[in-house]
Amino acid sequence: MTFRMTARVHGRLEARFTVAPGETVAVLGPNGAGKSTLLAVAAGLLKPDAGSVRLGDKVLFERDGGKHGWVPPHLRGVALLAQEPLLFPHLSVLDNVAFAPRSAGQRRATSRETARRWLAEVDALDLAGRRPGQLSGGQAQRVAVARALAAEPELLLLDEPMAALDIHAAPQLRRMLKRVLAGRSAVIVTHDVLDALLLADRIVVLEKGRIVEEGPVREVLGRPRSAFAAGLAGLNLLAGTVTAGGLLVSGPGDAGGQAVSGTSDGEALAGEPGVAAFPPSAVSVFPELPHGSPRNCLPVVITDLEPHAGGIRVRAGELAADITPAASAELGLEPGMAVYFVVKSAEVQVYAA
Amino acid sequence: MTTSRNGTANDTPDASPDSGGHGYSGVPRWLYLPAAVGALFVMLPLAAMLAKVNWSQFIPLVTSAASLDALGLSLRTSAASTVVCLVFGVPLAMVLARRPFRGQRLLRAFVLLPLVLPPVVGGIALLYTFGRQGLLGKTLELAGIQIAFSTTAVVLAQAFVALPFLVVSLEGALRTAGKRYEAVAATLGAGPTTVLRRVTLPLVMPGLASGAVLSFARSLGEFGATLTFAGSLQGVTRTLPLEIYLEREADADAAVALSLLLVAVAVAVVGLSYRKPGRQVAA
Repeated sequence: MTFRMTARVHGRLEARFTVAPGETVAVLGPNGAGKSTLLAVAAGLLKPDAGSVRLGDKVLFERDGGKHGWVPPHLRGVALLAQEPLLFPHLSVLDNVAFAPRSAGQRRATSRETARRWLAEVDALDLAGRRPGQLSGGQAQRVAVARALAAEPELLLLDEPMAALDIHAAPQLRRMLKRVLAGRSAVIVTHDVLDALLLADRIVVLEKGRIVEEGPVREVLGRPRSAFAAGLAGLNLLAGTVTAGGLLVSGPGDAGGQAVSGTSDGEALAGEPGVAAFPPSAVSVFPELPHGSPRNCLPVVITDLEPHAGGIRVRAGELAADITPAASAELGLEPGMAVYFVVKSAEVQVYAA
Repeated sequence: MTTSRNGTANDTPDASPDSGGHGYSGVPRWLYLPAAVGALFVMLPLAAMLAKVNWSQFIPLVTSAASLDALGLSLRTSAASTVVCLVFGVPLAMVLARRPFRGQRLLRAFVLLPLVLPPVVGGIALLYTFGRQGLLGKTLELAGIQIAFSTTAVVLAQAFVALPFLVVSLEGALRTAGKRYEAVAATLGAGPTTVLRRVTLPLVMPGLASGAVLSFARSLGEFGATLTFAGSLQGVTRTLPLEIYLEREADADAAVALSLLLVAVAVAVVGLSYRKPGRQVAA
């Protein structure tokens, strides 16, 4: 069943959002972008000011002119898995997972059978007799996944399910989610590009309550159009106007007004808005303007130096360059210094925004 | 001369309060004096009363017909008023804790009013509501129901003063538990009544239990509102506190013996409700 929602929540969200049958969509964005608001609207925990929410033929919410519709959360078939497991502390693990089948009218014994099946599905059958207080964070979140799945939701919402886990438990849960999300309609809110890569078919990037970018995972990460997606993909991104040989950078940044030459795909037409993307590893740092160079030279002011994958990442506003510690020491780099970021035209991809 | 028995470097005391070490307490030494005076102020009168008990006559005194009537009546009416508090207090606390609405602060203020109101005033207010000439009393009288100066009146008077204890304690527990478990339960397909029964109430059970115990204790000690609204009829409205007050004039030994009985019941009740302190729901 296709999930469609158009929702406006004053000051928090204004988005049109779709999940195709069997599709997993990753929702990414900075803090306060409206990701959790989007999930709350889908789950029925928050009534939008206007819009409509549909799951297949079922109208879950509608407020549009004279039309009004509302289905409360427990009748929606939309389950929510939060950042914290929120297992009911007064019930055993088995009864937690049996909660949804029981609520759906199953008898106690039958619901426990169902619960065992879902616990087995997440490799947690051995935890059935425990109390939630006796579980580790990773175990509790696995049980929470089983509990949500036992509701047999038509749409599963996951709100940063890995965020509260330590670095050892997260990969295990991610592998398990990859298995159980296959073929299921799901929305996963995450900060981690790895979740998007491994779990999602499609990425939606939210910024300030609006969707700024969406598309298949490879496409968004390969050719990001928003600063946030570029950051996720680990790319430098300059926005501006497409020119014959590259891009005229717009905006107030260090590179504003600069012409950048790059390789363009056929679709970017001169005069239209576009972006130029290049990896930090392709950027060299020069203290002075190099002479007679066919390369792009961007005058910038260093804002930060930080360790990165065995080298040094030099940050200058939104741009970054990766250099060796030796090079950094030789140049005597420090925050506040004016330098040139130099990048070969061949390394710069220019495409329509 | 002092020497450390095992001079290892790890021999320093642990600051954690659970592990038996002595952490920093932040209590100035002079504070212990007023604290001791405060403790004595509570304990000394009880000790004084204990000293006055006529032990040889204790059993006959507390097992006299009047005493047993009063004790039985007190226990029955307090149990009934606790049930009344639960039936109306749980919904009140839910409404106050879960859904903001216009006039909520005002409603809360009125619900809490009996906590600070002199019980006699509560009794008069009840009399003008349920009494023969009262607001509802007239209608009830026509229907053949007479409440004032009956055992029902005792229960109403007790419930009136005890209700805030249950509401305050439960509302606090509800706010601490938060709404997140309830939201999750709803998305798992549980309707509001199922959520209340299977999630909300079990989560706040410690708060609910201590609220009920406090209500019971307050009902047991009720005097002013009961005397005003229900009178003092042996076996009908004369509860233990009323009996003690009466006996104080006639037979001081009996009053002391019954007081001790009430103290024993109160200690048992408080002991029950604070047996597991700080048992909180983990987030």
